[in-house]
Amino acid sequence: MITYETFIGADQKARTIADIRKDFPILSRQVHGKPLVYLDSTASSQKPQAVIDAMSTYYQTYHANVHRGVYALSEEATAAMEKARIKVARFINARQGKQIIFTRNTTESINLVAYSWGGANIHAGDLIILTIMEHHSNLIPWQLLAERTGARLEFIPVTDDGLLRLDIYEQLLQQQPKLVAFTHMSNVLGTINPAKQMIEQAHAAGATVLVDAAQSVPHLPVDVQELNADFLCFSGHKMLGPTGLGVLYGKRELLEAMPPFMGGGDMIGKVELRKSTWNVLPWKFEAGTPAIAEAIGQGVAVDYLGALGMENVLRHEQAITDYALQQLQSVPGLTIYGPQSADKRGGVISFTLGDIHPHDLASILDQEMGVAVRAGHHCAQPLMEHFGLAATARASFYVYTILEEIDVLVQGLHKALHIFNL
Amino acid sequence: MAMDYREYILDHYRNPRNYGKLEHPDVHAEDSNPLCGDQLALDLQIADDHITIVRFQGRGCAISQASASMLSEMIEGKTTEEVIHLGKDDILDALGIPISPARTKCAFLCLRVLHRGLAMAGLEKPGESDDEEE
Repeated sequence: MITYETFIGADQKARTIADIRKDFPILSRQVHGKPLVYLDSTASSQKPQAVIDAMSTYYQTYHANVHRGVYALSEEATAAMEKARIKVARFINARQGKQIIFTRNTTESINLVAYSWGGANIHAGDLIILTIMEHHSNLIPWQLLAERTGARLEFIPVTDDGLLRLDIYEQLLQQQPKLVAFTHMSNVLGTINPAKQMIEQAHAAGATVLVDAAQSVPHLPVDVQELNADFLCFSGHKMLGPTGLGVLYGKRELLEAMPPFMGGGDMIGKVELRKSTWNVLPWKFEAGTPAIAEAIGQGVAVDYLGALGMENVLRHEQAITDYALQQLQSVPGLTIYGPQSADKRGGVISFTLGDIHPHDLASILDQEMGVAVRAGHHCAQPLMEHFGLAATARASFYVYTILEEIDVLVQGLHKALHIFNL
Repeated sequence: MAMDYREYILDHYRNPRNYGKLEHPDVHAEDSNPLCGDQLALDLQIADDHITIVRFQGRGCAISQASASMLSEMIEGKTTEEVIHLGKDDILDALGIPISPARTKCAFLCLRVLHRGLAMAGLEKPGESDDEEE
């Protein structure tokens, strides 16, 4: 019999894992006649009923466009959306709601910075420091910026167990970088990078810092003021919220000084035929009708996580990860990539099994066991190349993951060994 | 629809037929599945409108590599005219198992590389085969 800690969150309410699982309607469905075992929350998390309800209620009872109408519906919709912004700001301890720019996703947030801040501040010969463990979303925008401007890119390599080579980072910092952009937590290796220390070192070297927090904000406590990040980007759909809603957090003085990213409605002050002025923050960066329902849903998602308490979320995931690392090591022929202990990583485990290609593994786990895992290069081809891999299978965990699901995964891996005569 | 990894598929995966490359191929093409990373390169030697030697190299899942191995056996000795008309059904027949929708790109990668190679060599009109696009 496996026991779990009870979540006692900010609201002092005690919740068991069973209570939490009941909040996620999708977890009661079956796949190929078996109970769904969803182990792909790193790609996208499932949604609690409260988030789904909040979005439905908006469409059913007060849908209208925001920031325009003087009538009741539009005022209600505007108030709800701006309330969500404040909730998101508090969730990451931003000083002001206006520092929260709603985008489509982490990718758009990073592109916004690359075009707007990068266009104004990066010039030929300037150095941008990245790491080789970046998701393509924190690599390609800088490649494109480097092509446009003639800037240089340098990369912090990783050790064999997936930790950043901070000694090389220190050497790179001596070359006076303009920007350092790195992931807070690797979506492939699960490595949690020492963001606070890295930001401090970058600032000491005179660089601006962007943190890709797509995997960290959903899974561990993130305080942007404590980190002292200049820009920090994440996606709502990886943290119990809807797709189509991302966040760019930025320091106010940086955001104020930046030119607009996209032009259009809502982002303007006064418009004339040949010139215009821009709206104030955050709307200067939110051209066109925003994702209103999604913002409202995201507000409820951060309420949910806040009530659980992010410390508890992290502790739960580390317990699951610890158990999964132990159980997976018992599977013959299985190789785990990244840090081998749960305290240096988040709830993401990439692995390969014998000569079974990860796609075949994922197909077998899906069809035989109802287990959903990701297989492929996880949008991190340079990192995969570094480890000499074309693909891995990846299991990832969240607030609703239980130890019994790890057991089902392990059973499925044994089944795959049998099918492949291993 | 359960995919069934039959013995002969695993055999083609682990012991691919016609594996390798040609020094001076008459037809060469390669491609990959950007989503999942399956890679395939195909070389053909052609004499008197017949495919005399087939070699392929690749890495990827059992479905993508077994399909390529089976296709290599299928086209060896055939006329180019016959090969131009090979399509998805021929691959599915050779595999002999249901392929789930998410895995069709793996199964048909070899076909895409074949038709692309023939088109680049001027032996087939681009797009003549409806199997170019998934």
